[in-house]
Amino acid sequence: MELIRPDTRYDFIGKRKITVWISAVAILVCLGSILGHGGLRYGVDFAGGLLLQIRFPNPVEISEIRNALETMGAKEAMVQNFGGANEFLVRVEKASDDIEAKSRSIQAGLKERFKDKSLEIRRVEIVGPKVGSDLKTKALWAVGLSFLAILIYVAFRFHQFGFGLGGIMALFHDIIIIYGVISIFDIEYSLSVMAVILTIIGFSINDTIVIFDRVRENIKKMRKEDLVTIFNVSINETLGRTILTTGTVMMVVLILFFFGGDVIHDFTIALIVGLITGTYSTVYIASPVVLFWEEHIVKRRKRR
Amino acid sequence: MLRSLKLRLIFYGAIALFAIILLMPTVTSQLPQWWTKIFPTEKIRLGLDLQGGMHLILGVEADKAVGSYLERVKNNLRDDLKEARIPVGKLEREKNDQIVLEFSGDKEKVDKLLADRQYAVMRELSSTATGGGITRMVLVLDSAQAEQTKKNAIDQALETIRNRIDQFGVAEPEITRQGTDEILIQLPGVKDPDRAVNLIGQTALLEFKLLDEEGNLDEALKGNVPEGDLILYQRSVDPQTGAVRRVPYLLKERTLMTGDVLEDARVSLDTQYNEPYVALEFDSIGAKLFEQITSQNVKKRLAIILDNNVYSAPVIQEKIAGGRAQITGRFTADEAKDLAIVLKAGALPAPVKILEQRTVGPSLGQDSIRQGLISIVISAALIVAFMIFYYRVSGVIADVALILNIILTLATLALFRATLTLPGIAGLVLSVGMAVDANILVHERIKEELRWGKTIRAAIDQGYHRAFVTIIDSNLTTLIAGVILYQFGTGPVKGFAVTLSIGILANIFTAVYITRVIFDFVTLKVGVKRLSI
Repeated sequence: MELIRPDTRYDFIGKRKITVWISAVAILVCLGSILGHGGLRYGVDFAGGLLLQIRFPNPVEISEIRNALETMGAKEAMVQNFGGANEFLVRVEKASDDIEAKSRSIQAGLKERFKDKSLEIRRVEIVGPKVGSDLKTKALWAVGLSFLAILIYVAFRFHQFGFGLGGIMALFHDIIIIYGVISIFDIEYSLSVMAVILTIIGFSINDTIVIFDRVRENIKKMRKEDLVTIFNVSINETLGRTILTTGTVMMVVLILFFFGGDVIHDFTIALIVGLITGTYSTVYIASPVVLFWEEHIVKRRKRR
Repeated sequence: MLRSLKLRLIFYGAIALFAIILLMPTVTSQLPQWWTKIFPTEKIRLGLDLQGGMHLILGVEADKAVGSYLERVKNNLRDDLKEARIPVGKLEREKNDQIVLEFSGDKEKVDKLLADRQYAVMRELSSTATGGGITRMVLVLDSAQAEQTKKNAIDQALETIRNRIDQFGVAEPEITRQGTDEILIQLPGVKDPDRAVNLIGQTALLEFKLLDEEGNLDEALKGNVPEGDLILYQRSVDPQTGAVRRVPYLLKERTLMTGDVLEDARVSLDTQYNEPYVALEFDSIGAKLFEQITSQNVKKRLAIILDNNVYSAPVIQEKIAGGRAQITGRFTADEAKDLAIVLKAGALPAPVKILEQRTVGPSLGQDSIRQGLISIVISAALIVAFMIFYYRVSGVIADVALILNIILTLATLALFRATLTLPGIAGLVLSVGMAVDANILVHERIKEELRWGKTIRAAIDQGYHRAFVTIIDSNLTTLIAGVILYQFGTGPVKGFAVTLSIGILANIFTAVYITRVIFDFVTLKVGVKRLSI
């Protein structure tokens, strides 16, 4: 079976003048959202605090829980629906030394108040200030180090500077977009979202490597053609693979999104976004950067 | 790579078989006896987020162990000074590691007293004459001794907590040290998290102190606590109204006896009031000490104090021999049982603080397992169907590789006793996605080579050869991320890193080597003329 006919020749690179603007706007919007929100919204993992997941056998009004919390003097506690109408998250996003005691009093208070509605406490997460800031440092190191490790790998794999630069720019683009989307949709930055970002870093560069490998193969084959044509041919030749792979992985991620449960919802959303931007950035960030570098910088040097 | 096709087939077949053997205990618990004798019976361990349970990180406040060590030195010093008839003005612990002493008279007498072996851990920091014949002396605890005390405190805390959990009865608890002063505790399947936290986190320092019946309690409550005294409270909760009552007691600061002389602590039932109490039994030293204390203080009140809470303060009626005492205090049956456990396991040498607690109830864990399984089954089914639909016979070969990939990953988890978490399941599903990518890369390449007019054999050779570099590249970059994540992650995230990394390694093996051997077998042995791809 053929999804993409072998003689397919879409002019991907020709559209780059438009897509550069699209990318620029997207990056600006993302950076704007992050700055506008004053950084990411750290979840309990990083900010420290308390998270309770509670469930009732029958639907309960969210205001009832809010009132209960207010009367017991836990005004800083926030309530949000989680999954169905009978399951909720209660969180206190403030790390303090007495967070453990606070958790006990809130749990005891809720149990007392909803005695007749058989409340079930399904999950408790308490993160003290020290652990929270430890995890934040760890996360920063993890993202920074994997970025660096992949940078080194890319530099080592693509001997030509232009290709390495293209791959790196694509990575930067993807990271900004993911963090931006997290910020725009007000997703909590948690440990699992961080894990996704690392995975996406790996995934995104993977896609770039596939196409760049083909470009370098074709440079040897098509000596007479210019670089723009070679890129277009290469992208078209690997188009079948790109669509199939992205399609199947996307299918898997969508299954996780719909069937994997609410606990990993944010995790899968970040994956979906990362998958899209990872594919886009190979064609419209990595490739144009290589072309720009080869056409403007390298040629100019040769002319001298 | 092995050259002979037959050898390769046997080798890969053996690996697949071994993986399936490793997985059998996880799949079914009804294995025949001969099986369990020969093969490993290790099941895949489920993380706390899947089977439910509690994850705790405790910080041992080791500095406080140094403080209480110094407190004991100070109390001994007071007695010794009194015995040597040296008039003492002030005797206090300052900061965490200093004792300030003000006395009048000859300094030599004090020096002589401090030369005693038990004070060898203290160093004289300064001594100044403040006028009126009064000398102010500052003693500091030797820093090596302080470090040793801290280290011992953490070691002992770990041991004590282990004992408590053992007696509480949790299947397969994990209690390990983390960093210098943290203790990591994993308790799978704990039903009452609050009770477990109480049991683990309680310092459980049992002390016996005399009441100061000559001192004025009212004056003391106003702030004029007599030298060498302290105020502690008896806290009682009315079971009907839930109201908390706090009764103050003026006590002699000196501790006559602590819980380390306990031999046993058991729950007994007061037949008269039908209330549980904790019966204490002292060891021989403790029994002697208790006899001595009670004989010297007949008609005085002796307070039984647990973690600075006065439980009771009965009047000593007569000398008590035999080394038995009891703690009463309106306990529920569970409370009394837990108190007996902590007393028997011993006090923590320093208080612990809960730095992190994550508890997942059993029902949520069940839901997560179900959702995880559904996700795996649906994605696997869809992918298998798609590969056959798109690549026909070659798709079947790819599917064999995919399924083997899952089996190998899970078998590796069982082999290395790694833990499967919910994000771990996601990692597994994701690595299946990556495995598809590898197969697609190979197949697309073979198709291309065929299109360019190559023979089947040449196309397969070239396809694998060309795709190999790309597969390695793409998997390696994700592997880098996985390994780093493992280094930095905790708990569930670590589980994600583990399955993703193992999955990727399995992927390289299955997509590059397993499928190749099948292709080779089909083309060389079966001798197909047209490749269905």
